[in-house]
Amino acid sequence: MYLHFGAVLVFLLFSVAFVAIIYGISALFRPANPSAEKLTTYECGEIPFGGSWIQFNLRYYLIALVFLIFEVEVVFLYPWAVVLRTIGAFAFWEMIVFLAILLVGFAYVWRKGDLSWFTPSGSGHTDATFSGK
Amino acid sequence: MQGMYETLLAALGAERVVPFSVGFAALVVVFALFAAIMGAVVALIMVLAERKISADIQERIGPNRVGPMGFFQTVADAVKLLTKENVLPRKADSILHYCAPTLVFTGGLLPVAAIAWSNGIVVADLNIGVLYVVGTASLGVIGRLMAGWASNNKWSLLGGMRAAGQMISYEIPNSIAILSVIVLAGTLNLQELSEAQKGGIHQWFVFRSPFAFVACLICLVSSLAEVNRTPFDLPEAESELVSGYHTEYSGIRWAIFMMSEYIGMVVVNAVAVALFFGGWNGGLPGEPLLGGWIWYLLKIAALMYCQVWVRFVLPRLRIDQLMSLCWKNLVPLGFLALLGASVQALLGPTGQHVMMVAAWLTFGGFVTLLFAAVLKTRHVPAQDGIPR
Repeated sequence: MYLHFGAVLVFLLFSVAFVAIIYGISALFRPANPSAEKLTTYECGEIPFGGSWIQFNLRYYLIALVFLIFEVEVVFLYPWAVVLRTIGAFAFWEMIVFLAILLVGFAYVWRKGDLSWFTPSGSGHTDATFSGK
Repeated sequence: MQGMYETLLAALGAERVVPFSVGFAALVVVFALFAAIMGAVVALIMVLAERKISADIQERIGPNRVGPMGFFQTVADAVKLLTKENVLPRKADSILHYCAPTLVFTGGLLPVAAIAWSNGIVVADLNIGVLYVVGTASLGVIGRLMAGWASNNKWSLLGGMRAAGQMISYEIPNSIAILSVIVLAGTLNLQELSEAQKGGIHQWFVFRSPFAFVACLICLVSSLAEVNRTPFDLPEAESELVSGYHTEYSGIRWAIFMMSEYIGMVVVNAVAVALFFGGWNGGLPGEPLLGGWIWYLLKIAALMYCQVWVRFVLPRLRIDQLMSLCWKNLVPLGFLALLGASVQALLGPTGQHVMMVAAWLTFGGFVTLLFAAVLKTRHVPAQDGIPR
């Protein structure tokens, strides 16, 4: 089994090297004549205004938090799913309790409206806010 | 499956020349090279297939100039991308800009290692195979966020944020749907999962449990979102975000992103086939007529056709629809499916047979509803008098 994890390691090193080699091959053939206009940030042909460190919607952060909780739960569920049939009904009820606790939290987040992109207060209508020049 | 490497090394006559570890590493590099080249070939074929299918759906001809029936169109595109100038914006972070495609490509290629292509043909026969595939496939999230941030462009950053938000959200229903089959099979090894579905189409998990059938639908929907394809292609929504996280990428770096997307499609479909559609088994009882890998590739190709099909018939979702579909529909539905499947896993043989009948009934009901919906939409009278 450890041998096969070794294969994973070789795959990892290979894929990093493969991309580097492809870049290298491309570098042999491609032209390189940069100019000041070419190297500006693309903003649909306009002269870019402001920085790109924009204020993005806070929802993304909330989604990430909810994701984190669920992902940890899923990580617990994987070994449980494998051994469920060997352990039997005890494991089933054990997980029901675990899920129930989690679903209370889920219901709370849902009730609070944090799963909706639009809030009644009107905030969070867009992906981001742009601060002008 | 340590035997595969030993047999191969013995057949090559290499066992007396080099130590086993060296021969093993060399073989894995050969497999990885093969996987990467096949990834490139799949990308080339898929780009052409996608353009041809879209042309077919939209009543056009599609590419037909380069080679017979435009067959070499994508080869020409690949050569163009390879020889195209790499533009790195002055404000971009050059190191992260370089690393991001590598990370996305790694996230695409690593899961390929654990996929069981046929009986005994698997590069890394891991006991945690499914978990490994799901875990490594999500490396792409970091790569996409990195690409969006490193470009120092508003479109890119928004695309990167959207990619991250969408991919992590849809990972939850995807994982739960996968778990519904794991509880029935009791293994995470992709080889054993295929083994468990031996003996004909009625042994496939999708037809063995109504809960697995529901899970299968969830898995197919969320895997579309995982690989950022329409109707879930908000991260690169070209009408709003230019092209999202790869706005500032050109030439070969952009090509690496595209290639990873197609490898990602193969991976998600390979996982779906291994879990729900019998893996490398044929549909008939007894010995398969074709090799296992042919069946496997055929099933993957069928699912990929569906993904392309969906792309050209459905409009893109809005971001709030995207999030509420995931968290308010798919996640609760996924938990119900998991609950049902875990009850089914504890039932005796009679219960399993009842569940199998229920699965076929669910399948029949689903197909009927689908056809009813299709027939209904076909007879919408034209409002403007233009015949359709």
